[in-house]
Parts: sequence; C-alpha cells; structure tokens
Amino acid sequence: MDGFIAIYIFMLAAFTGYEIIARVPVILHTPLMSGSNFIHGVVVVGAMLALGRAETPLEQAIGFFAVALGAANAAGGYVVTERMLAMFQPGKRAGGKEGA
Amino acid sequence: MNLPLYVQLPWFLGALLFIVGLKGMSSPASARQGILRAGVGMVVAVAATFLVPDLHNLGLMALALALGTVGAWLSAKKVKMTDMPQMVAIYNGMGGGAAAAIAAVELARGEAHGLVTVTLAVIGALIGAVSFTGSCVAFAKLQGLLKKAYRLPAQNVVNVLLALLVVGLGAVLVLAENAGPGLILAFFALALLLGLVVTLPIGGADMPVVISLFNAFTGLAVGFEGYVLGSPALIIAGIVVGAAGTLLTQLMAKAMNRPISNILFTPISGAAQGGEAIAGSMKELGAIDAAAMMRYAQKVIIVPGYGMAVAHAQHKVWEMTELLEEAGVEVKFAIHPVAGRMPGHMNVLLAEAGVPYDKIFDLEEINAEFGQADVALIIGANDVVNPTARTDKSSPIYGMPILNADQAQNVIVIKRGKGTGYSGVENALFYTDNCRMLYGDAQPMAGEIIQHLKSM
Repeated sequence: MDGFIAIYIFMLAAFTGYEIIARVPVILHTPLMSGSNFIHGVVVVGAMLALGRAETPLEQAIGFFAVALGAANAAGGYVVTERMLAMFQPGKRAGGKEGA
Repeated sequence: MNLPLYVQLPWFLGALLFIVGLKGMSSPASARQGILRAGVGMVVAVAATFLVPDLHNLGLMALALALGTVGAWLSAKKVKMTDMPQMVAIYNGMGGGAAAAIAAVELARGEAHGLVTVTLAVIGALIGAVSFTGSCVAFAKLQGLLKKAYRLPAQNVVNVLLALLVVGLGAVLVLAENAGPGLILAFFALALLLGLVVTLPIGGADMPVVISLFNAFTGLAVGFEGYVLGSPALIIAGIVVGAAGTLLTQLMAKAMNRPISNILFTPISGAAQGGEAIAGSMKELGAIDAAAMMRYAQKVIIVPGYGMAVAHAQHKVWEMTELLEEAGVEVKFAIHPVAGRMPGHMNVLLAEAGVPYDKIFDLEEINAEFGQADVALIIGANDVVNPTARTDKSSPIYGMPILNADQAQNVIVIKRGKGTGYSGVENALFYTDNCRMLYGDAQPMAGEIIQHLKSM
C-alpha cells in the first residue's frame, strides 16, 4: 500500500475513534471498553494472513498461535460485550418498580 | 498487494460495520444493535480472508480458528457478571499476543521490507507483547491469583532501563538487514518481560485504567500490523480502538485524579505510605439496628463498591431497596466513576439485578445530596468514600474526587473486616462519630437486613 495513503487512513481513523467516544454516558464505559476490545479482535484476520504465508514449521506454529489467540479475542470479546449489553435492553426492566 | 474485489469488498464492509457498531454502542438504546453489527462485520471479514489467493495452511487456519473461538465462547458464556473485568483483560491480552505473533512471523520470514514497514512491525510487536503479558497480570490480579503488588527495589529505574533496552533492540531489528533469529527472540522475550515488570507493582485499585490502557495498546498494535500486512480493515479497526481506548483511559484516569504516568510509575503499593494517624475508633452495630435506621429514614443513599460485587449481593441489595421504597423511603444509588474494578462495572451489576437507571447517579449528580440524606449505606466500598482524599495532602489518594458520604446524618458501612481498601490507606470515615460498622459479607448482611425490614 502507498505509505502516504496509509498515513491518511491512520489520521482519519484516529479522529473517528476519538469522536465516537467523546459523548458516552458513564454507564456504558465498561461495555464500550469491552466492545472495542472485541473490535480489535479483527487481528484474527491479520493472523490468518500471516499463517497463510508461513513456510517453516516455526512460522506455522507462531501463526497457528496467533490465529487461535485472535479468534479467542474476537469470540470472547463478543460474548462478554453481548452479555453486558443484554442488561441494557430498553423496556426489559428499566423503570420497573417505582417507589411506593 | 493487489487483492481481488471479492476480498476487498467484504473487508471494507467489515470496517464499515465496526465503526457503525462502535457508534451504536455509545448510546444505551442502540448498544445491542451496535455489538450485533460489529459481530456481523467480524464474520464477514474472517470469511473473506479464506478467499485471499495463494494462502497456505488453510486446514491449520480453520483448526486454530475453531479452537480459539469455541474455547473463548464457552468460557465467556460461563463467567459470572462480577468477573467480567478480568475476562475483558484476558481477551484483550490475547489480541495483543496475536498482534505480536503476527509481527514475529513477518520478521522471521524477512519479507517485511522498507523502513516504515519494519518500524511499524517492530513497534506493533513491542506494544502487543507488553499488552499480552500486562493483561495476563491484570487478569491474575483481578481473579485473585496474584494477591500482592510485587515491587522491585528501584522499580522505576528498572522499568526505564528495560524499556530502553527493548527499544534499542527494536531499533537494531529495524536497521539490520534480516536480523538473525537470536536477536528477534531476545527482542520478544524482553518485550514480554517488560509487560510483566511494569504491571506487577500496580495495585488492584488502578487496574481499570491499566486494562483500558492495554486495550488501547492492543488496538494500536493491530493497526500497525495491519499496515505491515497491507490490510486497511485492520488499520481502521485497530486505530479507531487505539484512539477511543486512549480517550477512555484518560477519562478514567481523570475520574481518579491520577495521571496515567503516575499509575505506571509510582503505583500505590500495598502498604500505606504516609497518611496521618486517625483518632477515634470504629463502632459496630447489628443488622437489626441498620434495618431500623433505614426503615425510618426519609432518604437513603447506597454506595456500592467492589465488596458488593465479590459477594454477589446486588440482587439482595435491590430486594432491600424495594422493601424500603414500599415503606416510603427515598433510595438512590451513588456510583463513583471507578467503583468496582472498571468504570461502569457497578452500573452493569445493578442493571443485572434489575435496578432502574433513574435510581443510579454519578458522582457529580449526587454529591450535593448527601447532606440531606439520613443514611448513607456503604456496601463494600472504601477508598471512594475516604474523606482523607479531600484533606490529607500526605495521603496517596489525596486529590481523588470522592463521594461525600461523610456528610450524611448517619453512615452505615457493610464491610468484611477491618482491613484497608485496595490503596492500603486507612479510611478516616470509619472512625467518625456518625459512622457505624456492620461486619460481614454483603450478601448475608443484606439478607439479614431484609428479614428485619419485613418484620418491622
């Protein structure tokens, strides 16, 4: 990839990340940390590319390790986030019992 | 690298879904949809990767994917809500490890060319490796496997020297054409060691900030390795998380009034450092007295902390709250930004127990109300209500914003024992005249209070 194009991507992505978080209620901080943890689980794609190009057994072993770790990051991150957010389902319990 | 459209398009779609998903997660109403969209993005991106031309080891790849996915899926389903913070830490560490391993493969193959590419590969490897071992330590600490904060003599000097050494080795890797395997191995070993050494002395109270920091680290590492591999989807997802995570870390550090450099370099150690001696004594009371005090109060503010979380007392606490409300008592929950082990951790637990959002208040919203409260009930919280943070300049927690529970007419503290909080600092609140201690685990204690409330 053209090096300079990548720098533009870096910059724009950084601003995007910053803007998305800037207005988040405190109650969502933990789920959001967990959610962003899931999203960097896309490292599994990179790990697959690395393993796919590995040749020696050592490279294959490290690549295998990378894919397994990346997949665990993505899967675990997803389930944990989903479980946390399940409790924020609108209308499920919110406003349930008001004080007598 | 020129990839066919049927790979590029799904990757693009994945990146788009990640951003849209993350955006969705920033509001309670759309949060569930957000994670779902991001999940679809992940599946699409991974599936498309199998279609990349000229990839070998597809069988190994599928096996590794299956192993990682199934293992993590099952463990994440099983874990209790209370233990979520350490799970986030460990999955984050795995991501960091994966990024470091990618760099290892690319460096070992010697196929990474060009100053920028190799530099980013090495930086990503360093950050990823530190995040890997650091997150593992964070996991072990929160899981209770590592109880103490281990401090080396001259810890800060060791940290800096080790960091310089790793960076120096990294520079050699960048400048040397096709560095030998020995050098690569030494670099990774030292980078992994650095993560351990930096994280071990940090106390549990600072773990939320540390986990968030490592989360941002892993994001950056993923972004850098994305450049090395020529995958814009990785760059975008990684850098977005890196930037968002950095901001989140700053927000948390600000809430604790502890600059990030302070957390990393002068951790609050297990023993109290300085702090004035506190006059007075702790006064006990029984569950029945606590029940009576709250039953006949006008307004009760509950301050939950990590003690409530470890005791799994949130359901009992909500049951107690409902009884009090039926008796006409106004009950509110006050959440310190770093209560528990992660910001928002208490909110998640209370939501799990069914407490409506409109009863849960932030520090800024509720601090002025403690003066009008008849009872402040503190359940397993300690440092976040320690008035020493306001007054005693020699205290390690001086300057941290606290909940003004001491301004309530009466303070009841449910606490397992006489020990100090995670910072190791004595809590002056417990010695004041209007404070009573209720020793015991939060869950049975709340149960006892409920029994007494029912009979009143």
